[in-house]
Amino acid sequence: MASAAATLVEREAPGSLILTATGEWLVETAAELDRRLRDLQMPKGKRVTIEAGGIARCDTAGAWLLLRTEQELAAGGNTVDIRNLRPSFSPLLEQVRAGARVAPAAHPRPAHHTIAGFLARIGLISVGLIARGCSILGFFGLVCMTVSGLALHPRRIRVTAIVAQMELTGVNALPIVGMLSFLIGIVIAYQGADQLRRFGFGAEIYTVDLLAVGILRELGVLMTAIIMAGRSGSAFTAQIGTMQVNEEIDAMRTIGLDPVEVLVIPRLLALLLTLPMLTLYANFMGLLGGCLMSFGALDITIPQFFRRLQSALTDYSAWTFWIGLLKAPFFGSIIALIGCYEGLQVARSAESVGRLTTLSVVEAIFLVIVADAAFSVFFSILNI
Amino acid sequence: MSDHPGEPIIQVRGLINRFGSETVHDDLDLDVLRGEVLGVVGGSGSGKSVLLRTIIGLNFPVAGKVEVFGRALLAMSDRERRELEKRWGVLFQDGALFSSLTVAQNIEVPLKEHCDMPLRLMDEIAAFKIGIVGLPEDTGAKYPSELSGGMRKRAGLARALALDPEIVFLDEPTAGLDPIAAGAFDALIRDLKASLGLTVFMVTHDLDTLFAICDRIAVLVDKKVRVGSLEQMLQDDHPWIHSYFHGPRGRAALHSEAGQLTKRGTRVAVSA
Repeated sequence: MASAAATLVEREAPGSLILTATGEWLVETAAELDRRLRDLQMPKGKRVTIEAGGIARCDTAGAWLLLRTEQELAAGGNTVDIRNLRPSFSPLLEQVRAGARVAPAAHPRPAHHTIAGFLARIGLISVGLIARGCSILGFFGLVCMTVSGLALHPRRIRVTAIVAQMELTGVNALPIVGMLSFLIGIVIAYQGADQLRRFGFGAEIYTVDLLAVGILRELGVLMTAIIMAGRSGSAFTAQIGTMQVNEEIDAMRTIGLDPVEVLVIPRLLALLLTLPMLTLYANFMGLLGGCLMSFGALDITIPQFFRRLQSALTDYSAWTFWIGLLKAPFFGSIIALIGCYEGLQVARSAESVGRLTTLSVVEAIFLVIVADAAFSVFFSILNI
Repeated sequence: MSDHPGEPIIQVRGLINRFGSETVHDDLDLDVLRGEVLGVVGGSGSGKSVLLRTIIGLNFPVAGKVEVFGRALLAMSDRERRELEKRWGVLFQDGALFSSLTVAQNIEVPLKEHCDMPLRLMDEIAAFKIGIVGLPEDTGAKYPSELSGGMRKRAGLARALALDPEIVFLDEPTAGLDPIAAGAFDALIRDLKASLGLTVFMVTHDLDTLFAICDRIAVLVDKKVRVGSLEQMLQDDHPWIHSYFHGPRGRAALHSEAGQLTKRGTRVAVSA
């Protein structure tokens, strides 16, 4: 009796049809049975008997196939009768019958596969971006309100939290910021000297000008800001996001703590203060790298380097040194605001923490560079 | 599927689990019989979940032997292991649904992995599994984050049942459910056991579940396990077991169960 494969045999009789099911109606054989059942020519208005006595083993998948056949036959106007099914299988059949009221989940064709859908998607993304911008602006306003509130009640400023954040974001970042700036200084000195040497007449000495302007005005602060976005901005999002997942933020609100005041302001102030300091340090390390490279590879002595540096800082604009430092607190605020904002956007799932952390880094770097471009335009109008 | 009721389907022998200096299981022996519902109870930190994770191979014991379907779990090749995984289903505490997939896709994952099946048939199977575990019709297209805790548990059970396994492992299936949903879950497990001949290994704290559907109870005390029927457990004079079953909650659950036992014939499945 126990034939391994499941089969279904059709037998025609006048005015009626007998389907004989045998073998194992299991999830392993379901694919093959399904194919055979789909090939079946569905009769209309007949008496159909499903002879199920030969089914040796059956699970819910097999039971479903039997039921589906019965339902399809009944829908074709046939009278269907399942006969001789082993009594041990009938509770199984009842179980599946009870569950089978549910229609399969639809697999809609993704809308963006059509032209209209593609356009709609662009529109949706644009509207989403605008809404996001408004929401970030709203958050900025909220933070400003909180800051002005704190300015009126300076005792509520959490000094310990700010100092702790400054250690995490500032002191602990010293090695990486220093190392990278030093290397950038070496790279610029080397590449700059290589180009300037072509002019002859000792034009290499202008490498120092290149270093001074490049690092002090742009690269020092930009590198520091990008490292901070990757290092601290992402940490802010992940920390606040994890608290959001654990409902810690909600708990805070019920206790009467304002999450903006407790979580956002210390981080904002910490980055606002540490980024200029880190920039100063990065500038120093960058110039140090450039200085050593000039000495080693270009035969510019260290006193020569410093004399040239001094005149470079006064020749073009007295502002060269200050411009980089001036930008730092703005970049720091952008990074902290985006990091905290995205952290508070986290829904109650671990997956969204990861997604928004990535987003926060990308957004922060993007906005920092946009702001840097805006500063460039601004300074060129001011002619400094 | 219940060809040989009563034979041991899982055998644990001499199991030792240790984390750092803390011994969780010390020379633990346990048999799970085919077709039974075994409820595992024990105090917090007594190693219930560790035992479950050891049997399903997620935790490697310090010493001891675990046999499932008469085959040593730790000595299996990858291929044997895959064959074995088709024959069991696991429901983790919070469902452990894949968050990037819809409920229907979650249920289809084992089908896709182990059987070569047309998409349409998979959809149909996923749909009636959703119905069997008592979820509403539109659940299939939803993502796990859109479901409540109880619904996630049911969806997790549907995934565990996708391949019609012979054993299901349930880790606190009724924890966090309201009493009505918990009762419905009990009824569901009982019905599935009756119609599919399931063997159920269940870690639970729910005394009602324990009394309502478990054939035998395994109590983890003193780093070992004591197995017996409910009657035996009620007579056991180990202090922890005694206070567990004779405490106020134990007694209340027992009384309500005794009341239900008399009309078990007419009991109907509660649907949430």
